[in-house]
Amino acid sequence: MANKAIVGEKVGMTQVWDEDNRVLPVTVLRIRPNRVVQVKTTERDGYSALQVTVGRKDADKLTRPEAGHFAAGGVEAGERLVELRLDDVDGYEVGQEITVESLAEQARVDVTSVSKGKGFAGAMKRHGFSGQRASHGAHKVHRKPGAVGQCATPSRVFKGKRLPGRMGNRRTTMLNLEVVQADAERELLLVRGSVPGPRGATVLIRDAVKGG
Amino acid sequence: MQPTDLVDQQNLRDDVPDFAAGDTLKVHVRVVEGNRQRVQLFEGVVIKRQGSGVRETFTVRKLSFGVGVERTFPVHSPIIDRIEVATRGDVRRAKLYYLRDRVGKRAKVKEKREF
Repeated sequence: MANKAIVGEKVGMTQVWDEDNRVLPVTVLRIRPNRVVQVKTTERDGYSALQVTVGRKDADKLTRPEAGHFAAGGVEAGERLVELRLDDVDGYEVGQEITVESLAEQARVDVTSVSKGKGFAGAMKRHGFSGQRASHGAHKVHRKPGAVGQCATPSRVFKGKRLPGRMGNRRTTMLNLEVVQADAERELLLVRGSVPGPRGATVLIRDAVKGG
Repeated sequence: MQPTDLVDQQNLRDDVPDFAAGDTLKVHVRVVEGNRQRVQLFEGVVIKRQGSGVRETFTVRKLSFGVGVERTFPVHSPIIDRIEVATRGDVRRAKLYYLRDRVGKRAKVKEKREF
């Protein structure tokens, strides 16, 4: 598991120039300071994690349980609560702020988010099947998956057969994304390449667990 | 305003002259040879300009030893030393792809006359 993690928001994609003046596709992530609301430890909770919040939420918009939870830690109420699983939560305490600077010297990070939902998708879009021919007698089968099994033996379709179904809207992690820039002043993190989810999606960023 | 403008703003050049398709440009391009850098000139007719913001590009077409050569540059590319507008062209289209099929005098773009 990770040693450092932080929660942010996807702003969108753009491009920047690298030191050789080539175009570098980047995703802009906005990382407002994370406030630690609760520290979960293996002894007490069975696993170690930080519960953090970002932004501000008006007191009259909080439910009683939420208000009580924030008050218990003496932390200003935020928009949402997110849990960051870490190997070791020593040195973290309730009320502490984590900023984008904590990732500044990180060369590579993993980014987790919920991917865009595609609805009920066919086998071509969902699994990259080739589909069938456009002409030569093909009748209303151009995008169908084709045969799904054998005959009287086994007279069933094997489990795990790739078929049409719901696609996207799942928790997805991009591993080893290169950190292009960590801008503490504007609370931005630029990572190379794409990140799952729509603009405005909540993203979890942690140091790369599988190393470069 | 795009949400990523925050990042894009600092990557935009402010020394790009006003030019459009049909204009003849002198593009001074920085070329790195080993550890030496020099400026190379690419002169020709702009046949298109597309995109917006940091992603905007333009394509310059010229004849090199009788062979048509087109080069596409990002407008805000740091490899461009400077851009000079040599002449203004009088054209009726935004994309001058028809120049590719023409040779000789017919491949010329009329110069804009200001009155």
